[in-house]
Amino acid sequence: MTDTELMWRIAGGSGDGIDSTSQNFAKALMRAGLNVFTHRHYPSRIRGGHTYVEVRADSEPVRSRGDGFNFLLALGDSFARNPSEDAFYGDEEVKPLTENLDELNEGGVIVYDEGLLEGDDVANLNERAEENDWHVYPLDLRGLAREHGREVMRNTAGVGATAALLDMDITHIEDLMEDAMSGDVLEANLQILEEAYEDVKDNYEFTHDLRAPTGEHDEQQVLLSGSNAIAYGAIDEGCRFIAGYPMTPWTDVFTIMSQHLPDIGGISEQVEDEIAAAALAIGASHTGVKAMSGSSGGGFALMSEPLGLAEMTETPLVLIEAMRAGPSTGMPTKPEQADLEHVLYTSQGDSTRVVFAPGNIRECYDQIRAAFRIAYEYQIPSILVYDQKLQGELRNVDESFFDREPNADPGTTMTEEEIAEAAHHASGKFQRFGEGDENGVSPRSVPGQKGGRFLATGNEHSPEGHISEDTENRVRQMDRRLGKLDTIREELDGADDSHQTYYGPDTAEYGIMVWGSHQDTVFEAVDRLNDAGHSVKALGVSDLMPYPEAEVTEFIESVEECLVVEMNATAQFRGLTQKELGRFGPKLNSFLKYNGEPFEPYEVVEGFERTVDGAPDVPEGTKFVPAAGD
Amino acid sequence: MSAFSAIDEEREIDRDEFTPGIEPQPTWCPGCGDFGVLKALKQAMPEVGRTPDETLLVTGIGCSGKLNSYFESYGFHTIHGRSLPVARAAKLANPGLEVIAAGGDGDGYGIGGNHFIHTARENHDMTYIVFNNEIFGLTKGQTSPTSPKGHKSKTQPHGSAKQPIRPLSQSLTAGASYVARTAAVNPNQAKEIIAEAIEHDGFAHIDFLTQCPTWNKDAKQYVPYVDVQQSDDYDFDVTDREEAGKMMYEVESKLHEGEVLTGRFYRDDDRMSYGEEKRAVGEMPDDPLAERYFDEDAEWERSADLMHYHR
Ligand SMILES: Cc1ncc(C[n+]2csc(CCOP(=O)(O)OP(=O)(O)O)c2C)c(N)n1
Ligand code: SF4
Ligand SMILES: [Mg+2]
Repeated sequence: MTDTELMWRIAGGSGDGIDSTSQNFAKALMRAGLNVFTHRHYPSRIRGGHTYVEVRADSEPVRSRGDGFNFLLALGDSFARNPSEDAFYGDEEVKPLTENLDELNEGGVIVYDEGLLEGDDVANLNERAEENDWHVYPLDLRGLAREHGREVMRNTAGVGATAALLDMDITHIEDLMEDAMSGDVLEANLQILEEAYEDVKDNYEFTHDLRAPTGEHDEQQVLLSGSNAIAYGAIDEGCRFIAGYPMTPWTDVFTIMSQHLPDIGGISEQVEDEIAAAALAIGASHTGVKAMSGSSGGGFALMSEPLGLAEMTETPLVLIEAMRAGPSTGMPTKPEQADLEHVLYTSQGDSTRVVFAPGNIRECYDQIRAAFRIAYEYQIPSILVYDQKLQGELRNVDESFFDREPNADPGTTMTEEEIAEAAHHASGKFQRFGEGDENGVSPRSVPGQKGGRFLATGNEHSPEGHISEDTENRVRQMDRRLGKLDTIREELDGADDSHQTYYGPDTAEYGIMVWGSHQDTVFEAVDRLNDAGHSVKALGVSDLMPYPEAEVTEFIESVEECLVVEMNATAQFRGLTQKELGRFGPKLNSFLKYNGEPFEPYEVVEGFERTVDGAPDVPEGTKFVPAAGD
Repeated sequence: MSAFSAIDEEREIDRDEFTPGIEPQPTWCPGCGDFGVLKALKQAMPEVGRTPDETLLVTGIGCSGKLNSYFESYGFHTIHGRSLPVARAAKLANPGLEVIAAGGDGDGYGIGGNHFIHTARENHDMTYIVFNNEIFGLTKGQTSPTSPKGHKSKTQPHGSAKQPIRPLSQSLTAGASYVARTAAVNPNQAKEIIAEAIEHDGFAHIDFLTQCPTWNKDAKQYVPYVDVQQSDDYDFDVTDREEAGKMMYEVESKLHEGEVLTGRFYRDDDRMSYGEEKRAVGEMPDDPLAERYFDEDAEWERSADLMHYHR
């Protein structure tokens, strides 16, 4: 973070093209040499409702939404249904302006479309502007768009005005438009962009100081989301089968995969429900194909029984759980991390699964690959749990990061030659569930291979797959299946790169623990805390099952006290940590948020100060739960 | 060369190959109709020329779900109601396999009813055998979706107030391209129908009447039965949707009046199977996907080649 960073917010009606406009703007900034990060806020409907996207850009790396923002582009809400003040949703039309003012930082810039919004309709706009040193530029964006094209093109006019006010070069924006459009539409948009740019440059006197930061990248950058990274990791790991049923925010990964799979020899199936989706992935995997499925909370609940079937039949399976705020349908487009226990324990019987929660886009890619590798090597289901935040945020990454070797290896499957030499039961059946190798993994045959016949069953079974309730066999099979988790833990602990991410000075006095998508927001807060004279480090935990006992123990032992930051109301990760480690209760405080909005760095800063100094207040919308016995 | 040499292997096949080398003690009651399905299936397999190693028999949960415990092939005994989604993915992943799904009336028409409708609609090239004993066998005799109205059981002590579902009509409406009903007491017809169903290129649904002497106290044995193709009383064109629909309606109604009508009720040999449809629109590879994972020379696409979208 620097003093010159830009935090641009484009606000308007949902359905007004805010998303695509912001994506292109972010990409233009990236092409101009800046680091970018986006944060999306949108309601759970297609049309109507107030939405915004924030683009944060800086010459330094950016990895989180910022605190507030410093440039507002308020477009009109073309879908405002009822402009009367006493309508249920309030005064919809001016919401893109009114709803965003509270978070606009001092010295900020406001551009609003006076073609659609009346500044006079906003209570005390002038007084507030004066008080906060806001610089207000009313522009008739709609009029400009109408004059040269169509009304919907007012987004383009807004971007042109933004570029002028920020003293930005518009060539990158023009290039992106040329990539995305053609013909008359392109011509009209280009004209509107230039007109707006020139008009603002020529006719307005700038009173604000804010300008676009400048920067330079050492290498080619790409702009993508957590969902892109998950899909790409799956493709690089040889996944060529996906089955699913749409549900926000999981739909993103499902869609990206479905768009690419047919072109690369894969199969995507949209099916009747999530039970079927998980069952199809199991059927494909059983048949030798690397397969995945996934959903969000409610759909994932339906996958519970197939998930257990994969555990019992030792069928490799990769599932995604894209969390959103619950319970039940909850808040479909809002992030939350309250499905942790659901993912860890759903389905009958003792859990036999691997669960990873990536902390950022790069980790999404790395950990989905690890999830596939482990699932197919160890014949176990792996689940990648992430959330609406990581799903939707865009961030630039070095393109070279993705320059990796693919690995389509189907894991511990056998060839027909190997099957011929392997142990068979006197009945002729292949011993699919025998003692296995030193890891307890018993290599599998695949239907269609000669001599590999076996029965896979969700009932407890003997080595050749026959249903069996023999007590000794039961314990042997349970121990073997569960034992694989210990081996997986050992393998992960011994790997060069831990999935856990450390941040801040090693010798710090205090610790912050976080899991999943808020990791980088916490890291930003750690920098600020240390700059402010505190002594803090952070640990971002991704391995949730098998739990990274050694790493977490070492981290907690090395600090005086620890704050556990997570987006749920019942401190599920803190609970898991105490259950797994069996101690540290008095050392672990919780800092929670579950209002549907991701943490901002300053909230974590203040939450931490609450722990250390016992400051009485935490920011609105967050909650401090002291350690046991505190 | 294929990594799955069992597939399409040309050789003599003996029906004994489908009996496990050491036969497990059957868990079915004496006189259970399920034995009839097992026997008919074992007889049909050599006739259609498929071997145990190229056959995947996917079952649900119920007495009927135990079928693959006594049948020698690749088997997947799944969970209650979910045999079809597992089975159809296996067929998509490796179209060379002979995929057969089987389960009870509760399994297929009740808890798995949604999958039944959609698998039929999509016309996956597979065979689906529903053991219809008009009862929940394994859980001790509760009313099932095919139990007749008025049927008394421990969970409907005063008799069921529900109309039974019409499995054949439902199958037709949903889109199955082969629909037949046979009965355990009619082994020859059963074998022939199973063989036909397996050879049919599309979703072939067999409603297989299986008596449950243990729980179906009305002791339905499904005798005497009439084969509509053999009887002079019935004359309809099995390839005509409308006539088939009328016939099915009558067959379903008559069952509850004590008259057992069996035979082939519908077939459409022109409709493309789902796999063919998917391939035709470019949504499925021409070669079996499963083969690719066993081909050491296979080239795998990389995400690095998709990065131009993100620059
Ligand atoms: C999700 C689920 N619900 C309930 C059961 C219990 N259950 C097992 S088999 C069965 C019904 C069996 O009836 P049917 O499918 O007709 O098979 P049959 O035993 O008659 O062959 C039930 C309810 C289960 N195993 N799983
Ligand atoms: S309970 Fe009925 S269906 Fe089950 S095995 Fe016995 S006779 Fe057959
Ligand atoms: Mg039944």
